[in-house]
Amino acid sequence: MNTKLQNKIAITIIKAIAIMVVIILAFLIGRILLQGLPHISWHFLTSPSRAFTAGGGIGPQLFNSLYLLLLTLIISFPISLGAGIYLSEYAPKNGITTVIRMAIEVLSSLPSVVVGLFGFLLFVVQFKLGYSILSGAIALTFFNLPLLTRNIEESINSVSNLQREAGLALGMSKWRTVNKIILPEALPGIVTGIVLSAGRVFGEAAALIYTAGQSATNVNFSNWNPFSSTSPLNLMRPAETLAVHIWKINSEGIMPDATAVSAGASAVLIIAVLVFNLMARFLGNYLYKKMTSAETK
Amino acid sequence: MMDKIKEKIQNNSRETRQELRGRILTYCAIGLILIVVISIFLFVALKGIATFTQDKASLKTFFTGTNWNPGILGSDGKPLVGALPMIAGSFGVTILAAIIATPFAIGTALYMTEIAGKKGRNVLQSVIELLVGIPSVVYGFIGLTVVVPFVRDHFGGSGYGILAGSFILFVMILPTVTSMTVDALKAVPKHYKSASLALGATQWQTIYKVLLKAAIPGILTAIIFGMARAFGEALAVQMVIGNASLLPTSLLTPASTLTSVLTMGIGNTVMGTTANNALWSLALILLLMSLIFNILVRWIVKKGRM
Repeated sequence: MNTKLQNKIAITIIKAIAIMVVIILAFLIGRILLQGLPHISWHFLTSPSRAFTAGGGIGPQLFNSLYLLLLTLIISFPISLGAGIYLSEYAPKNGITTVIRMAIEVLSSLPSVVVGLFGFLLFVVQFKLGYSILSGAIALTFFNLPLLTRNIEESINSVSNLQREAGLALGMSKWRTVNKIILPEALPGIVTGIVLSAGRVFGEAAALIYTAGQSATNVNFSNWNPFSSTSPLNLMRPAETLAVHIWKINSEGIMPDATAVSAGASAVLIIAVLVFNLMARFLGNYLYKKMTSAETK
Repeated sequence: MMDKIKEKIQNNSRETRQELRGRILTYCAIGLILIVVISIFLFVALKGIATFTQDKASLKTFFTGTNWNPGILGSDGKPLVGALPMIAGSFGVTILAAIIATPFAIGTALYMTEIAGKKGRNVLQSVIELLVGIPSVVYGFIGLTVVVPFVRDHFGGSGYGILAGSFILFVMILPTVTSMTVDALKAVPKHYKSASLALGATQWQTIYKVLLKAAIPGILTAIIFGMARAFGEALAVQMVIGNASLLPTSLLTPASTLTSVLTMGIGNTVMGTTANNALWSLALILLLMSLIFNILVRWIVKKGRM
């Protein structure tokens, strides 16, 4: 009787905890969306921010976030792909590989502010790139590399060894086997990983404060020449992203409607992350069906 | 004619050349990552040590002093670099957040692995994935608008301080700790559980005396990973901690952490000055702590295997 009662109490507590966690998330998302959605309008999403008066938008910040995300993925994907292929296919089982894996693990657990500071020291100061989109994209790459590499390695590892043997038996080189047989099969997993990492990169701010900078310069959205200093595509202009914007207006607080703007911006960030999450699932499943014979079965 | 065949046999085939090219490409990629890791350590360490070599600050003041004013020389002619308030603040929020998060994480993980059906598990899995996805500035903003007023109304003080920081960090590390605890619980061999239930133990007795015991190394690893994340978190904490470099006397007074001082300070100091070097020393501590957390995890995993 006693132990049975104990059992009942304990199980109830565990259930209560799980329900509380769900409530916490529901509260967080609900609060952000309820507070932020009323502020979101076409005007809010496209007009430039204002530092001292109310009514500013987040247009340039939103563009900067997307642009930085794109650049980061362009830089980090090939490197992670190469590293992932190395780790899953070429790495010998020895001490050096252990060290490499440890280095990647350490890099993935480094605080993002330290990665940002390193980017600041090396690119902004030493290479004199200044606060620029390029410095920001490189810092985000460092932040993104270990996770994307691990994801790609896992996706490649999950491909059956029979496929490798089949490729090699046809007289193909290992490299060609990987490229033509293994990678297509691993693609759904890789794409899911990329989209999820995109969500993380999109919301990152600590690594960007001192690399991409905290100011959104006046960009002219009709000027698409990447070498012009007012062009949105210019790599050397400082670019405050959405996440940095939220941080900045909350910690400096000279904007009269800071709370409203950050609520709206937070809602945009959360919606973006939700979209990335859904997209990761959908794209992964879709590609898996498309590229394998899973749907015929 | 013969020469052509000879040439073909003696030279590398197209496949071999391709293989070599591919191999070199992957080596370059992995080499690049290694270089990045090494240079991060090298640069931050060199900068961080300069406080002690160039500016002659003493290590003892750094770890035990409470007066943080690196631009000014103290009465002994050495810069005032007492970093204890920040170190205490960082450890304070980290440990408190881990203490709050652990029961929640273990409870949720137990629910997911032992109690819930497939549907409940899927719901919680999505909840965890979403919690991971929320950007840290959004957590900071929620902290400012929800947690700080809540702490002010229910606990007193200004609301800013270690308690508010811990509440935010608790939610931020919860998903990490939970999902790793789930993995640890899943790794416990099934027959442990069967044997316990066959002996007539209740579900709770099985969980408490068998499952959790067997999963302890994994759960500890999960908690340490969570702590590492909390220790390095910058913006969310900086927004709610109050940013006063005073030694925290209570959970409710404004404090500061290593990361909060770094984010506030780097932009306001000039490269190469003592004030700036001292900040790099704080970054070096962050780096070393992240290394220590890593080593701790490795050590526990190794111990757990034995």
